[in-house]
Amino acid sequence: MKKQLIFLACILFAAVSVTNAKPPKKGLKEIKQGNLSLHFKNVVDGKDLKLNDSVSLYKNANGDDFKVTAFKYYISNVSLIAKNGEKVAIPDSYFLVNAADSGSLDQQVTNIPEGKYTGISFTIGVDSLRNFAGAQTGVLDPAKGMFWSWNSGYIFVKLEGESPKSTAKKNRLTFHIGGAKNPNNTIRTFTQKFPKTLKIADGKLPELELVTDAGALFKGKKTVDFAKLNFTMGGPNSVVVADNYADGLFRLGKVKN
Amino acid sequence: MKAKLVVIWGLLVFVIGSTAFNYASKRRFYNFPADSISFKVPSNFPKPVYDFKDNPVTANGFKLGRILFYDPLLSKDKSISCANCHQSFAAFANLDHAVSHGTDECLGTRNAPPLFNLAWQKEFMWDGGVHHIEVSPMNAMTNPCEMATDLNTITKRLQQTEPYPALFKAAFGSTEINSQRAFRALAQFTSMLVSANSKYDKYIRKEAGGDFTAEETAGYELFKQKCSTCHQEPLFTDLTYRSNGLDLKPDDIGRDSITHLETDRGKFRVPSLRNIELTKPYMHDGRFSTLKEVLQHYDAGVKPAANLDPALHQNNIYGIKLTTVEQRQLTAFLKTLTDPDFINDKRFQSPELQTQLKTIH
Ligand code: HEC
Ligand code: HEC
Repeated sequence: MKKQLIFLACILFAAVSVTNAKPPKKGLKEIKQGNLSLHFKNVVDGKDLKLNDSVSLYKNANGDDFKVTAFKYYISNVSLIAKNGEKVAIPDSYFLVNAADSGSLDQQVTNIPEGKYTGISFTIGVDSLRNFAGAQTGVLDPAKGMFWSWNSGYIFVKLEGESPKSTAKKNRLTFHIGGAKNPNNTIRTFTQKFPKTLKIADGKLPELELVTDAGALFKGKKTVDFAKLNFTMGGPNSVVVADNYADGLFRLGKVKN
Repeated sequence: MKAKLVVIWGLLVFVIGSTAFNYASKRRFYNFPADSISFKVPSNFPKPVYDFKDNPVTANGFKLGRILFYDPLLSKDKSISCANCHQSFAAFANLDHAVSHGTDECLGTRNAPPLFNLAWQKEFMWDGGVHHIEVSPMNAMTNPCEMATDLNTITKRLQQTEPYPALFKAAFGSTEINSQRAFRALAQFTSMLVSANSKYDKYIRKEAGGDFTAEETAGYELFKQKCSTCHQEPLFTDLTYRSNGLDLKPDDIGRDSITHLETDRGKFRVPSLRNIELTKPYMHDGRFSTLKEVLQHYDAGVKPAANLDPALHQNNIYGIKLTTVEQRQLTAFLKTLTDPDFINDKRFQSPELQTQLKTIH
């Protein structure tokens, strides 16, 4: 009799506790976290990038004049390098910068463990996993115009423009760099040391400037001649461009603690 | 004491019972009991590729997916829906259209494939360019020759059309409408399109209605000898990319457009042969309008294309020689792959609710 009552009580208790279950709390000693503000500055070989500027054209390394009508890129999987050399990965760090949207030039890396850091590393583009995963949202929403519908995967770096040298229709330049599968994998990583130690602390917002050089697409390993290469959407020519920008696309600017 | 206990037990049973009843009655759509909207793996099928981890099929999610599938709102001029090219009576292929037919009378370059057993596919499209079931409708939505619109326009229209906000809330917990939710709802609908109730399946599972005639049995034997290296059971495709020698020089480079490899030029995904009786015309460009023409191709039309599959070039013979009798037997077998339960399944057909859609002012 009593046993049955106890049994019943147990069932009720179990049912109640299941519905009230909460995710387990993190370790007792919570590690404090801080944020980092990222400021992107887009340039073409040292000159500020201005979209649709038909008056003063840019020159690529081959000496070809060109103007830029669109410039967009992803960076993801940001890691900071701690003083002791340890790489601290920041989960869910995906950023889309669009030269046409000044708001996107200022971004924030959040939930970074407090501490002192000497460098940064990130993927230029989107990691392979997310390229082949299901429908994403946020900055990875395919509605952002950086996802190929006929050949799944993200466009990592998109530069569109015009050059009198281009043999394409309306002298167009179309550089849509992406592809996460060998042999045409265009995922590249950027790693660089800070000019001075970066301090991350709860309640503070240090700032890091990243200078992005659109001219880097066309020089480095192989100088691009717009008469010969003016269109790529993945494939071997995108690899040529990715190899070009792997080293020169980003440069660290000022660190403000 | 004993009486008290009976009362307590009774109350408990009553509470649980009535909650369950309440759920059951709330979860009925178009007269389908909620439990008919769940993904089941047929006993003669392998484990599916799509794991439903982030997108479990629910009655409300499926309902939304079904309504989206039949809604022309998804196209630029609101003239065509998914169902224009993927028709239920044609096992969700496009009957009598060699290549897809989109907005503004625009003709595409490829034959709309049937839609079923998609949860077992890891790649989509004739060339395998798309890697996930959830993003597979995007091609049609944004292709200027198909639905010719963009995801921002679609999500905006849905936000402004009754009763979509309520349908999204029922499916995903809030009225927020974004492309991910629309894709997931569509994937709940398309992944539920399972075809596994043909005469062939009944034969394999030794169920009633699965008795083969002598002609069908002979056809099955021939099929296993000559066709199943590529059209592998039980899906009737091994999901690889091959050339079956349609052209010496292909107009559509196929798999090569994805891999950029010359060795993939003119290769296309081996299509499933389930419901083949219903999905004419045939091949990636819909060039053959009857099964007879297809078999004649294998018998005498296979061309020595650069990447022709070795299975179709054995002992210096191109193709697969088939006598008239063998062709008749193979055709009889191929017709056992028709699944009438699938094409008549009311759950997959146009929802009557469609007529109630109206714009929110
Ligand atoms: C204008 C005709 C047309 C419309 C409308 C259309 N499709 Fe398609 N669909 C096609 C064609 C053609 C293909 C094959 C394309 C290819 O292989 O390149 C296809 C392929 C697919 C595939 C991949 C099938 C496989 O086996 O690989 C899926 C899934 C799909 N469509 C779902 C949808 C959904 C969902 C919609 C509505 C949002 C839709 N389609 C609207 C013509 C259409
Ligand atoms: C070497 C692999 C291979 C073999 C063997 C093979 N097929 Fe195919 N089959 C294919 C490929 C690949 C396609 C699609 C080709 C295309 O559209 O470009 C196809 C297409 C078909 C189609 C059209 C399907 C559709 O939905 O359009 C039918 C029907 C068919 N095969 C029947 C057969 C039969 C019957 C046999 C045996 C006599 C056979 N096949 C042997 C590879 C093969």
